[in-house]
Amino acid sequence: MEKPIRVLVAKPGLDGHDRGAKLIARALRDAGMEVIYTGLRQSPEQIVAAAIQEDVDVIGMSILSGAHNHLLPKVVELLKAQGADDILVFGGGVIPEDDIPGLKAQGIAEVFTPGTTTTETIEFIKNNVKRH
Amino acid sequence: MSELIEKLLAGDKRAVARAITAIENYEDETEAIIKEIHKYTGNAHVIGITGPPGAGKSTLTDKIVKNLIAKGKKVGIIAVDPTSPYSGGSILGDRIRMQDLALEPNVFIRSMGTRGYLGGLSKATHNAVKVLDASGVDYIFIETVGVGQSEVDIVKTADTVLMVMVPGLGDDIQSIKAGVMEIGDIFVVNKADLFGAPRTATEINMMLDLNQNMKRRPPVLLATAGKNEGIDELVDELEKHREYLNETGELTERRLNNTRMEVIELIESELRKIVINHTEEEGRMKKCVEDILAKSTDIYTVRDEFLKSIRG
Repeated sequence: MEKPIRVLVAKPGLDGHDRGAKLIARALRDAGMEVIYTGLRQSPEQIVAAAIQEDVDVIGMSILSGAHNHLLPKVVELLKAQGADDILVFGGGVIPEDDIPGLKAQGIAEVFTPGTTTTETIEFIKNNVKRH
Repeated sequence: MSELIEKLLAGDKRAVARAITAIENYEDETEAIIKEIHKYTGNAHVIGITGPPGAGKSTLTDKIVKNLIAKGKKVGIIAVDPTSPYSGGSILGDRIRMQDLALEPNVFIRSMGTRGYLGGLSKATHNAVKVLDASGVDYIFIETVGVGQSEVDIVKTADTVLMVMVPGLGDDIQSIKAGVMEIGDIFVVNKADLFGAPRTATEINMMLDLNQNMKRRPPVLLATAGKNEGIDELVDELEKHREYLNETGELTERRLNNTRMEVIELIESELRKIVINHTEEEGRMKKCVEDILAKSTDIYTVRDEFLKSIRG
């Protein structure tokens, strides 16, 4: 059997809205991926520790609190420190268009805002996963 | 010895994670890893946590592990959740109940999908346990998928099976059926603050008392994992069971049995490949199956013919 893509779906920050995270987890499951969901209010340190232990290929983070400019790059930075920056990192949620170029420059491979179809996200993962 | 194995033996989490990934996906790498680490295994106390979906297995694991790390112990956890038979994908959600453990230096947690295996574990679980064992942990917890009545593979891997029950799952006839109720070394009625918990414990006790052939009568405990109640007592019982296994020679006996089964399964799996290659060659199987349906032969005659030609 082909190795399934392993994805950590994480909710950094303090907002309690996980509808989006659960929806994307379900869509990735239906696309044949192994999704590790770690629940609400995760610190970047917790997310990276889980990603290392689970040996995931991808981290997807859903954030609606407005703290994306701090939390998402922090995850990339911690991954780099561990030598694990071959993990594909993407974000989603209510993130202003103006913030997206800055996030990409800091190593977030893509940012999906409301209106993105799950098919687009799945295609993005399949085409960009680095270490699968 | 490869760098990966050296780091793994030193307890490096990244190396442990990588080795488990290899074991889940690649047969030849699994073989190489297991051959190298074999002599470093057999030291950890392997505890299986099983029970119906929603019984509180993850929460209970979280609380027991916190209790053990407070005593300076190192712990590995393997949490198994089901893989979809349709898409091959899965949602592995056991970490949600163990969030505080993610950053504990002495804890390693790995989630696994069953990937088509039906016994409550995945094919790779047993070897993943060996990797954790070789990495130097004192305890390994295997949390099975939520089981129904016959997912009993955990006995082949664990030294101690902790059966987690909850009140309100049915009348006492459920507890005298065969299957999961027979494999528990320790029973715990979790969510003991719910109505009916003492009665559930009584029913389990009665069922256990009916069995006269037991070498050891499993204890039945009450716990409320969400409130951290009953955890000290549970940890004490885990220790007692480990002592019992050592003192009576039961541990050696179980491991001899399990290893024997493991070798047989490995041979079966290779034989199966030989059989499939042989029968599928030159469309032999297709022809035979058509003949069976056309009534010109039958399944047993075809079996005998194949066996004869495989043996040469």
